[in-house]
Amino acid sequence: MNRIRLVAVVFLALTFSAVLLADFVAPAPYAKQFREAPNAAPSAKHLLGTDDLGRDAFSRLLYGSRVSLLLAPAAALLSTLIAACIGGLAGYLGGWFERAALAATDLSLSLPWLFLLLTVRALLPLNIAPIASVTITFALLGVLGWSSSGRVICSGARAIRQSDFVLQAQALGCPPHRLFFKQVLPNLQPVLSAQFWTSIPIFIIAEANLGVLGLGVSEPLPSWGNLLRGLENWPEVKASPWKLMPIVLLVAVVSCFQLVFQKRENLAS
Amino acid sequence: MWLRALPKHFLRLALTILLGGLLGATLVRLAPGFGVDERELDTRLSTQSIEALRQSHAPQNNIFAYYRGYLVGLFRGDLGFSTSLARPVSELFAERLPVTLRSVAVGVAAGWLLGFFLALPSIFFRWKAYEVFTAGLSGLFISLPAAILGLGLVYAGGPASLAIALVVFPRVFQYARNILLQSAHLPHVLAAHARGLHSTRVVLCHVLPNAAPLLFALAGISVSMAFGAAIPIEAICDYPGIGQLTWQAALSRDLPVLVNVTLLITIITLAANSLSDLASTAFARPRL
Repeated sequence: MNRIRLVAVVFLALTFSAVLLADFVAPAPYAKQFREAPNAAPSAKHLLGTDDLGRDAFSRLLYGSRVSLLLAPAAALLSTLIAACIGGLAGYLGGWFERAALAATDLSLSLPWLFLLLTVRALLPLNIAPIASVTITFALLGVLGWSSSGRVICSGARAIRQSDFVLQAQALGCPPHRLFFKQVLPNLQPVLSAQFWTSIPIFIIAEANLGVLGLGVSEPLPSWGNLLRGLENWPEVKASPWKLMPIVLLVAVVSCFQLVFQKRENLAS
Repeated sequence: MWLRALPKHFLRLALTILLGGLLGATLVRLAPGFGVDERELDTRLSTQSIEALRQSHAPQNNIFAYYRGYLVGLFRGDLGFSTSLARPVSELFAERLPVTLRSVAVGVAAGWLLGFFLALPSIFFRWKAYEVFTAGLSGLFISLPAAILGLGLVYAGGPASLAIALVVFPRVFQYARNILLQSAHLPHVLAAHARGLHSTRVVLCHVLPNAAPLLFALAGISVSMAFGAAIPIEAICDYPGIGQLTWQAALSRDLPVLVNVTLLITIITLAANSLSDLASTAFARPRL
């Protein structure tokens, strides 16, 4: 199993390197049209062919992967920070604040996430610039995706609050804010780290679902979500199977994340 | 014991309806473009007519008056009017909710059958090939967005409930397998094996009763998962349920529909979670 995990780590490292270096690796900018070659088959010039607008599919895949793979961790960081603030404080302070925070978490967890995401996304303007759509999509993922992490972090903070070293620090007269920042938060680091890494594949899949529904990142900026919309034309996909590459890459990356970070999550929990 | 928990669950549901309604009304009230009437752009209208139009929306601008109106309507069963479909929201719900409830029920049942019965052999046997196969299969389906599963089902000609089942099954499999394995390694279960009790009897009398509370909790969560998956699947499969309605409403910014759908789904999933909680409480007895 360790060998499989190693392969997954290498694959993730290669994919991240390729998307970070997309400006150098991609043969063309993601929006550049080769009007003489729409729907072209793979060739030396276009490794994955072109789409129906004549844009290089390999370049779009690289840039789209960059959007999804860089912004999903950013959204995961945001949600982990929110969860750390709410869950960490709730677990540390206890009492009515913990009860109120857990009630809010339960309410948030009982609601199917995609419904909430769609409702809040629709409340914001839909026809916006691509960069704004990227920001809104991933900011929403981060802001709305904290609840399950919050619950785990809360129980972790509660366990630390009841531990001997915290009781001793309190007995020695350590002020509460110092105790929280110097003792509780550093000891929550394994839980926070596990929540961060496990949130990334969840956000990647959520963005893909939003993108397929036309509520994610707007064209011409590519992301895995809007690249997957190309699969809606099945006869075309059947005739040119290389168009399945975005879904193959997404499944491979999400599976690798799960393989690599499942053990970390188990250890933290 | 579970009877004592019943009022608490009812109170939680009532509070959710109240708070959810208030939250929904606030979201609608604060959304960009609220209270703007497109008819104001009509060049044929005079200044007085435009002013009259604005005055007709004036009561809605007071956030508290708007709350009160929304809540009174909510308790009378008036869920508002869909701006994109030009029909009462309650009428749309009456048409579409049974469709979604049916597909979600079938999807959850099929997902549980598949997930649970793939997890069950893990406590009897230690076949490496089986573990690799089931882990690979659940890993593959957990990595696929629900919309892509829906798309696959459209091309394969399968029902929407099957796509929901394929979303639910890998989560059920992974959690159920862990829960069952934990139960199977409890000291009294090992002692029962050591005393020569038949494996089937050990599982039925000792492993499953111990795992039951957690499995019931998982059942509650799987309802929420299924409703979440219903949106992209119904939208892609062109299935006339609540999921498709939500997607259409989101694309056309039909806020009355969206807010009421969110509230309705919250109530359904909370009710499912409360039921699973009550079942967990009823089964949570030491069986040593």
